[in-house]
Amino acid sequence: MHAKLRLYILVILIMGFGIGLILYKHFALGFPLLPDDKKAVWTIEARIDFAARGDPVIVSFALPPRTPDIVFMKEDFASPDYGFSEVTSPTGRRAEWSKRTANGPQTAYYRLSLYETEQIVSTQLTDDLPAEPEKPEFDEVIKTAAITLLEQVHSRSANTEIFTRELITTLNSKAPSQNQSLLLNEKSSEDYKTHLIINLLAMEGISARIVRGLYLEDGRRRQSLINFVEVYIGGQWLLFNQNTGVHGKPENFLIWQRGDQSLLDVVGGKNSQISFAIIKNVHSTRNLVVSDGMNKQAGLVDFSIYSLPIEQQNAFKMILLLPIGALIVVIMRLLIGIRTSGTFMPILIALALIQTTLLTGIIIFLTVVGIGLLIRSYLSRLNLLFVARISAVIIVVIAIIASISIISNKLGLDQAMTVTFFPMIILSWTIERMSVLWEEDGPREVFIQGGGSLLTAVIAYLFMTNQTVEYLTFNFPELMLVNLALILVLGQYTGYRLSELYRFHSLERRNVSGKR
Amino acid sequence: MFLASARKLRSLGIIGMNQRNFGLISRYNPRHLYPLVDDKLKTKLLAQKAGITVPKLLGTVQYQHDVKLLKEILHPHDQFVIKPVKGSGGKGILVITEHDHSLYFKPSGDSIQLVEIERHVSNILSGLHSLGGKPDTVMIESLIQLDPVFSDYSYEGIPDIRIIVFRGYPIMAMLRLTTHVSDGKANLHQGAVGVGIDIGSGKALHAVQYGKSISHHPDTRKTFSELTVPHWDKLLQLAAACYEMTGLGYLGADLVLDRDKGPMIIELNARPGLAIQVANFSGLAPRVAAIEALKTIDPNPKLRAAFSKTHFAADADIPSLRQLRTRSDDP
Repeated sequence: MHAKLRLYILVILIMGFGIGLILYKHFALGFPLLPDDKKAVWTIEARIDFAARGDPVIVSFALPPRTPDIVFMKEDFASPDYGFSEVTSPTGRRAEWSKRTANGPQTAYYRLSLYETEQIVSTQLTDDLPAEPEKPEFDEVIKTAAITLLEQVHSRSANTEIFTRELITTLNSKAPSQNQSLLLNEKSSEDYKTHLIINLLAMEGISARIVRGLYLEDGRRRQSLINFVEVYIGGQWLLFNQNTGVHGKPENFLIWQRGDQSLLDVVGGKNSQISFAIIKNVHSTRNLVVSDGMNKQAGLVDFSIYSLPIEQQNAFKMILLLPIGALIVVIMRLLIGIRTSGTFMPILIALALIQTTLLTGIIIFLTVVGIGLLIRSYLSRLNLLFVARISAVIIVVIAIIASISIISNKLGLDQAMTVTFFPMIILSWTIERMSVLWEEDGPREVFIQGGGSLLTAVIAYLFMTNQTVEYLTFNFPELMLVNLALILVLGQYTGYRLSELYRFHSLERRNVSGKR
Repeated sequence: MFLASARKLRSLGIIGMNQRNFGLISRYNPRHLYPLVDDKLKTKLLAQKAGITVPKLLGTVQYQHDVKLLKEILHPHDQFVIKPVKGSGGKGILVITEHDHSLYFKPSGDSIQLVEIERHVSNILSGLHSLGGKPDTVMIESLIQLDPVFSDYSYEGIPDIRIIVFRGYPIMAMLRLTTHVSDGKANLHQGAVGVGIDIGSGKALHAVQYGKSISHHPDTRKTFSELTVPHWDKLLQLAAACYEMTGLGYLGADLVLDRDKGPMIIELNARPGLAIQVANFSGLAPRVAAIEALKTIDPNPKLRAAFSKTHFAADADIPSLRQLRTRSDDP
């Protein structure tokens, strides 16, 4: 009783630990639970062109901020013969290229690969507090127009958020009133509009700032940054589209820069231009997560199978499938009650089947064992010592395998060449045991045990080749703990095996009829 | 219906493989005692020390080069049995009933040469029949003479009596009769007939072959209803005494009746199978529960045999015991 309680506590601990690790990897590190989970990776290239005047050149370029919901996989800064440094200032990261003298047209590149994670970023109150809004200085006419407009909008809105939206939609309306036309000017640029909105909001005492960003669309070239307005409402910065008034960050939109600092400063050059090109690639989420984990040296990823060379990783892929096979054998033997020849021989056959594919594998297995049994029955007449005989069987098995390979090659059957993946010693033992079984218990027992082994092997094969199972065992080795817990529980099962329900079925009928 | 319902079987007290391994074998049979019964030579010596009759040992062969001596060992004997010392399930047993110069005859009448016997012996020595393929020893025993009581019920072989002894109490018994299909072996897998024997009287209760009920012996056509095992009290006492001999709480004692020497023990088994339940048409669980409910184990094998005789007889009132659950059922 005590032992049982202890075992169940152990099982719960192991199972809890295993499941906990899996959940941690899924939710905290972003490992997908299914293999076909794909993610879009965006590669953005910013190209900076300018004409140098023969003086020292400094190019300072604002870089997008790192945020928890975006993973920067790779950043490249390329510009021939330029010195480069990345500068972090309170206003954000900047790239700085510099050169003593330069002449004529110059080009600098900045390339960034990124993907968005699905991590839930809690919308905590930012420590990014706004400065007190500066009241703008308009001339009298415009000021009057602004005040009138603000009063109109104010009367239509209940809170700051609605006020901002209303203000933007009014400014953008198709049929502008006189006030709006006056404010917007005839030839208003996007930048002008942004600053106008910020200024108008400042008159109401609302803090706002400019946000520049990029729409991520595959195959786009010569893109430029789009202006948005970010408004400080209720302790948070809210993003508004300055043309529609819609609130929130659009999908596939990368925020490049916040605040009024310049995007690009070129000292010693003129006619500077910047353009963006965007390419989308699809990668499996797992690979992205693993490489990100390696970069960040996250303990669970860094100290895992992923840190091994690829070749060893592939070996482990196979090894990590073995516990699944073991579980299948436990279920087949303890719950179903199938008899197999050799406890774990089915797993080894299943491993061979993985290499050879199912049908070919079964045919090869039956051929080798069949021919082996025939030759073995001849060997038993030769009066050999046991160890010598099993050694002879090994050689016979190798000869059979070699002939199958050669013959199938001559016949052009490529699949049969995979015969070499079968574990030869195990095959020899199987033949030896089945042969003894045949002599002592008759062919019936041979077919029962041989069939049982093959059936178990095929079921184990089906599970082990299942893509999801393979993916899960390799990427969540913690599953082994869950598996272990299951096997520990199954080891406690004292109920009937399925085969026993058949074995004792006559007994049931007799007792019923005999008693009543 | 090909499958019985698990609930029904449980209510009948049928014990399954998993429960046997977990609740009986691993609970009552300490591992270190296994060699006493897995090694038949040790068992034989133990039994002799305890004053229990066993078949006479004619010789042993331990090394491959001694196989040459086989001819001399066998020479004085017309009839003998060759057994692997660590064999299980009746594997590797060779019975010779007649010896004529260079020819040896099996019970079936087939003749074999000395070379074949030598090969058989050398196979045993290499561990072909032992558990885990470990090197083994060969023992040669005197042949048991068929008791005339069984002459109508066996074919080319000696029937044996399997008695399950739980904590020293015989709880269930089965007579295993050889048949033509079983090749003279008393092995139920190979087609021997299992006859459930009433612990109270030694009378046949019910018989099965290949798990199916039969009413008469397939070869001799004799019905089982008239079959009663003689020396029944003695057989029960011998089986009960095996508990003191080995210390195993759950064991299967294989006994035979020799025409001249009476009941004797030929083998003990620390992992007796469950077919005995089918032959008896009842489950082991209620009887195990009855013994587990006992506060003390009687130190006298004879008294234990008597206890079993009254409590586990076919006409005894066992239903009250059926209510009991075995300890191994504990959640």
